[in-house]
Amino acid sequence: MATHTFKPDQPAPLMSVGVLAWLRNNLFSNWFNTLLTLTAVYLVWLIIPPVLNWAFINADWSGTDRAACTGEGACWVFIQVRFSQFMYGFYPEALRWRVDLTLVLAILGAAPLFVSWMPRKVLYAAGFLLLYPVIAYVLLSGGFFGMEVVRSDSWGGLMLTLVIAAIGISGALPLGIMLALGRRSDMPAVRVLCVTFIEFWRGVPLITVLFMSSVMLPLFLPEGMNFDKLIRALIGIILFQSAYIAEVVRGGLQAIPKGQYEAAAAMGLGYWRMMGLVILPQALKLVIPGIVNTFIALFKDTSLVIIIGLFDLLNSIKQATTDPAWLGMATEGYVFAALVFWIFCFGMSRYSMSIERKLETGHKR
Amino acid sequence: MSASSPQIHSSWLTDPKVRAWVFQILSVVFVVAFGWFLFDNTQTNLANRGITSGFSFLDNSAGFGIAQHLIDYSESDSYGRVFLVGLLNTLLVSAIGIVLATILGFVIGVARLSPNWLIGKVATIYIEIFRNIPPLLQIFFWYFAILLPLPGPKQSLSLGDTFFLSNRGLNMPGPAPGDGFWPFVIALGLTVAGIFLLVRWVRKRFEATGQTFPALLTSIAMLLLIPGLAILIFGNPFAWTVPELKGFNFRGGLVVIPEFIALTLALSIYTASFIAEIVRSGIQAVSHGQTEAARSLGLKPSVTLRKVIIPQALRVIIPPLTSQYLNLVKNSSLAAGIGYPDMVSLFAGTVLNQTGQAIEVIAITMSVYLSISISISILMNWYNSRIALVER
Repeated sequence: MATHTFKPDQPAPLMSVGVLAWLRNNLFSNWFNTLLTLTAVYLVWLIIPPVLNWAFINADWSGTDRAACTGEGACWVFIQVRFSQFMYGFYPEALRWRVDLTLVLAILGAAPLFVSWMPRKVLYAAGFLLLYPVIAYVLLSGGFFGMEVVRSDSWGGLMLTLVIAAIGISGALPLGIMLALGRRSDMPAVRVLCVTFIEFWRGVPLITVLFMSSVMLPLFLPEGMNFDKLIRALIGIILFQSAYIAEVVRGGLQAIPKGQYEAAAAMGLGYWRMMGLVILPQALKLVIPGIVNTFIALFKDTSLVIIIGLFDLLNSIKQATTDPAWLGMATEGYVFAALVFWIFCFGMSRYSMSIERKLETGHKR
Repeated sequence: MSASSPQIHSSWLTDPKVRAWVFQILSVVFVVAFGWFLFDNTQTNLANRGITSGFSFLDNSAGFGIAQHLIDYSESDSYGRVFLVGLLNTLLVSAIGIVLATILGFVIGVARLSPNWLIGKVATIYIEIFRNIPPLLQIFFWYFAILLPLPGPKQSLSLGDTFFLSNRGLNMPGPAPGDGFWPFVIALGLTVAGIFLLVRWVRKRFEATGQTFPALLTSIAMLLLIPGLAILIFGNPFAWTVPELKGFNFRGGLVVIPEFIALTLALSIYTASFIAEIVRSGIQAVSHGQTEAARSLGLKPSVTLRKVIIPQALRVIIPPLTSQYLNLVKNSSLAAGIGYPDMVSLFAGTVLNQTGQAIEVIAITMSVYLSISISISILMNWYNSRIALVER
């Protein structure tokens, strides 16, 4: 009996598997696509090699002063020499461990919040949010337990940027939630007040708000009462951002089905317990990505305090580039600042996206 | 409920209606009292500092020069005129920024969805870089790191001896009104009005009879012919002047100051990254079934795009797009950081410092921005209600 033997399979056509197929499908599928690819390659070739040359290959990395920069490329020595000023501003050098400790405590304290299996997270978060600002204030500002006082005018650099961002968001979040509740309230007077407040702050640029808090706030206050510049800026930033938070939270409140409100009311819960136990936990969870995005915007907006003369990261760098010993370092300085801001903002936006993905299961209607 | 059900007697303290009234009255009283407290403090403070409030300072002479003014301005002009100059500069930078950001944003948003892997990646990298860097930092970068270190006018970079880029800005050929300027403008205005009427007539006829008319081709022909005829009869509307190096600076032509270039570049690049994301999500929001349905009805790909995809994508794109425009207008106030003479840096900066009229100046500045954003949001609501899906 003759047995039928199959011939061995022929290999797949060269153009349908592997690198070649990928290239063909993704880059050269038709003449238009090919043209686009070639244009993009040309563009990349035009930009990337000079940038790499400037930033790495021709750059000077070590040294202590301007004379160390002989190459054609970037002079990272400038950043290296001024690094501590960019991080701490004019915070006294001997006391900078206090800033470091504050940061370490923040990271250690906040870390459990990002662990998904942590029990009693809400309780812990509340405790942390109540306790940590006190500790941070004591550490940064001093004046207790025989610690030397460091006035806020000598705060600066990245540290000041982070302080403004942290205080800004922790002030704006509760205020924003209250405003959002007020805007959705049944009481017309409260609603009108909240809508006016929100629309006012959303309608003006932050710069005018900062101008206002620096020139008008002293006029508003009673005789003899005065805040320092940092607190005035913070008041402006908190009021401004709370309006944006309010709109984000309102979106979450609107997404909660009416049945939830009715069920809570049918259980005999009053307004505050209905909101606190039923509505807000669901609504806030829905809008975490929106809140993170607002926070990113706030973080970028902190750079505006330069207008009223606070020495945040951007202003420290701007001042350093005007130093006669380091003239012509503007590109290096601003590229460094951009990198720092970018790392923070990009990290947060990735975090917000991952939360969005995690929350997407089953919540979409 | 039957009438015989037992009445629940509760104290008026727990009656939600009474509570609501009390709460509202309390909050209004609190706000009014707080406002009065601020007002009273301000009055006292102003009296102590000897500042007279009121808007009469607007008529005083300003006494400082402005680098860029769209209307005639000299140092002896009033603060009111300064305000106008600043407002126009703000509007100019916003308008140009919006146009550039829209073009760039749409191109990059479409590129991000391109099946071409490389193009998609380049667009993604652009978006991720520029939207995560503060706009003020981008403005500083363009201004302090790129434009100011450029060589002076004598060694300026030139393109065909007509465009010159130096640390004093961009010098380029500029139009000056020529012989046929006014006839040209009138002809252009008439043409635009004619096209408007034509389009209305075409639409009406189409709805009534179903007959089509090549409105686009006719409009283009009208646009070319009528103003062209005006030029032929009355002469050249613009007398172009070309910048020439005389001494240490350029004469003639149009000068674009470096502050303006830095601000426009930074704002449009920054905003474009957001617009690109909006465009991408708008296009993705149109389900693929729509394309398939349109194709199976026999519509050509170009018609599918024009009549099915784009109208539905625009419904998703336009509301967030306007809020980005609004953001751009508000971000143009960052001009104060590099001293571009916009409304905030001129009026809330220089004028405020010279006059000390903090409250009036800030109030005027804020109310301008407020009226811009309120009018845009009214427009937006009207547009939204017009295009909203009529759902069953």
